[in-house]
Amino acid sequence: MLSYVGRRLVHLIPVLLGMVFIVFMMIRAIPGNPAQVILGQQATAEAVAAMNVKLGLDQPWYIQFFKYLGGVLQGNLGESMRTRLPVADEIWPHLAATMELAFFAILIAIVIGINAGIVSAWFQNSWFDYIAMVLALVGVSMPIFWLGLLGQWTFAIEFSWLPTTGREPVRDPVNAITHLYIIDTLIQGRFDQFFEVVRHLILPGAALATIPMAIIARMTRSSMLEVLRSDYIRTARAKGQKMFWVVYKHAFKNAAIPILTIIGLQMGMLLGGAILTETIFAWPGIGRYIYEAISFRDYPVIQSGILVVAFIFVMINLIVDLLYGLIDSRIKYD
Amino acid sequence: MSKKRVWPVALLVLLLVLSSALAGCGKKSSGNSGDTLVFGRGGDSTSLDPSRVTEGETFKVTVNVYETLLNFGEQDTSIQPGLAKEWKTDDGLTYTFILEEGVKFHDGTDFNAEAVVKNFERWANGDADRFPYYNSMFGGFKGDEGHVIESVVAEGDYTVLIKLKRPQAPFLKNIAMSMFAIASPDAFEKGDDQFERNPVGTGPFKFVEWKANETITLEKFGDYWQKGLPKLNKVIFKSIPDNSARLNALIAGEIDLADGINPADGEMIEDNKDLQLIKRPSMNVGYLGLTVTREPFNNKEVRQAMNHAIDKETIINSFFEGQANIAKNPMPPSIFGYNDDIEGYAYDPKKAKELLTKAGYTDGFEMELWAMPVPRPYMPDGAKVAEVIQSNLADIGIKAKIVTYDWPTYLDKASKGEADAFMLGWTGDNGDADNFLYVLLDEDNIGSNNYTYFKNDKMHDLFIEAQTEVDEKKRIALYEEAQEIIHDEAPWVPLAHSTPLLAASKGVTGFVPHPTGSDLLANVELKK
Repeated sequence: MLSYVGRRLVHLIPVLLGMVFIVFMMIRAIPGNPAQVILGQQATAEAVAAMNVKLGLDQPWYIQFFKYLGGVLQGNLGESMRTRLPVADEIWPHLAATMELAFFAILIAIVIGINAGIVSAWFQNSWFDYIAMVLALVGVSMPIFWLGLLGQWTFAIEFSWLPTTGREPVRDPVNAITHLYIIDTLIQGRFDQFFEVVRHLILPGAALATIPMAIIARMTRSSMLEVLRSDYIRTARAKGQKMFWVVYKHAFKNAAIPILTIIGLQMGMLLGGAILTETIFAWPGIGRYIYEAISFRDYPVIQSGILVVAFIFVMINLIVDLLYGLIDSRIKYD
Repeated sequence: MSKKRVWPVALLVLLLVLSSALAGCGKKSSGNSGDTLVFGRGGDSTSLDPSRVTEGETFKVTVNVYETLLNFGEQDTSIQPGLAKEWKTDDGLTYTFILEEGVKFHDGTDFNAEAVVKNFERWANGDADRFPYYNSMFGGFKGDEGHVIESVVAEGDYTVLIKLKRPQAPFLKNIAMSMFAIASPDAFEKGDDQFERNPVGTGPFKFVEWKANETITLEKFGDYWQKGLPKLNKVIFKSIPDNSARLNALIAGEIDLADGINPADGEMIEDNKDLQLIKRPSMNVGYLGLTVTREPFNNKEVRQAMNHAIDKETIINSFFEGQANIAKNPMPPSIFGYNDDIEGYAYDPKKAKELLTKAGYTDGFEMELWAMPVPRPYMPDGAKVAEVIQSNLADIGIKAKIVTYDWPTYLDKASKGEADAFMLGWTGDNGDADNFLYVLLDEDNIGSNNYTYFKNDKMHDLFIEAQTEVDEKKRIALYEEAQEIIHDEAPWVPLAHSTPLLAASKGVTGFVPHPTGSDLLANVELKK
């Protein structure tokens, strides 16, 4: 087991290195000069040239690349060209905001998605099955922009149940310690604020959950259908076991592997930041952080931002692979 | 009750409790606390040191933390007293500023002549990548030939003398720009990086907290020198990037004031009894630039034909919802020197066709039409405006293909002269004609802001003369003549001067939007 984890971690190195290289080349291939963007339309040509030298953009690309790589290996993610702050300092609050939202969204997606999938498979071709699967199709194809604004209009304006945007009550801001506000408010014993933070999570969380929820529901359904047809299920039922336990205990356990894979992939995606959701709900997450860096051609932020996201993505996949063993004891790591 | 029945009932009760709790909370948060104003805007600031940036979101905040020696008028760019209560010059070379006494910085140190000198020293000893605006407004830095400022000296505690190497007509306007705000020397001497996140000025509000991409919080400065101001205790700037979401937040009562309102939402806001629509005086121009180095736009008649072919009125009515005026000159009428005698090119496809024939393009030609990829006050929907222009051009036989790129790429390629015709615009910095005409159309700015590569020797001489002409009347005459040349040569199709829209809850009073886009909030009050 440990040697398996070790080997997987070693395999990460070329993956991340390749990724850093590709991102590095890609952002330099798109036109637009960071110095010009930072200095604005007013800037003179000399000012832009001076800025280029200061940012090290006058050097050949391979020198820039190895300088950046050397920094990363020493744990230095570079400095934002625009705000002149270390990326490592800037990135955490944004990442924390995205993590909080992503975990909340995946929780909604798992609870509703899996149950909808199981029930659909159990009562295949029933009205519930049809409705759930049509909703799943709608969920995958619904534009988040539209869904988000509709949610704001309904739940924030018409019913005044939930806030429209942001992650904290703006007139009573959370005192950030870990930047995970759910934890911060609990540490400080501010249960009123904790409740507010959860309320702020509901709308963006639900909007973000629609796609993974639909995908999980469909995957659960098809995986369950396959298992429910197998002999041991018939045996269990013949023994007189209650159908509920047959489905939720015996069948689900064997259907879980592909569902887990999908959840892992979706979770990785959500943690990469959901630019649209973060924009509509003014969520200060990593997706918006990187997106804004792209429009400012802020190379260090783009590179390091994507590096961090990619790292999380592969780590989640590793965790999922390890979870297989917990669910299915036939899977061994050696 | 049997075991089976208990569960649904319990679930129902739980749902009821939860929903009533949620509803109760909703009401609480939508009530405003009277002394805190939340200002919703599209983006975050990059820095809180106004001298180091060029981007408007920064100035929106710093104009309330810092003050300048001179101020702009409440809703125009006339020169008014600021930290200097009086100023005079006899020859346009030596300016004397008499400072207000008893003014304190937020860190408790005194504002005086020495502090002013130290601020100017800091900028003059910098370089173009540290102080980009100082470079472009004052022609460089200490030791540079183009640097306009000869010396800045203190005469006693409350008098500052600024000597210029040569007269600079918009000098006082430059001094009033929010980037040349006077900061506490104690604060900036700690180093730039420390200072730009801990601003210390003399303004009505002092800095409290900055959460990146989220909020910037300011608080009333108790020792503010103007008695009775500011009226609010707290101001919070909140970034909500999407225009519709920002409006939703305003309707829900989470924010009190929102900028960047879509023209299409204007009517709905006026009909809402809890909201008010606020119009910012226009200081911008949206235009279609024609790159004069590219065929067939090197031909003046073709450019004039383009001007006659485009139906500006339809564009303004459809996409600006009427919240704009038709442009005929490259600057808005509120700027001194605007030539109102010029008759704009009328929408006249027949005449356009004649001009094309005269130029030798009877059958028209093919071209690329660049559509702006981002909404700006002067161009709310580039893609749709491009479609109208495309169909207008088709009427006279020109086949325009609409292309677009992401914003930095668009600007980069356009500045290299790679576009046939491109949409762009400009919002003025200091309300001076030079800041529009010279910056956007002079040969000195080819490769930076003169994207059309237009060049005219006569016009260039007029601009250079106007830059040092201190007599306002003579200066206006120079700019009027330059606008005639521009009109005849037609390197642009000027489209619109738009009125940017804001909205506020009814309880907001005393808010006066400024044409520069940086609004002073000292007089704002919030009533329940």
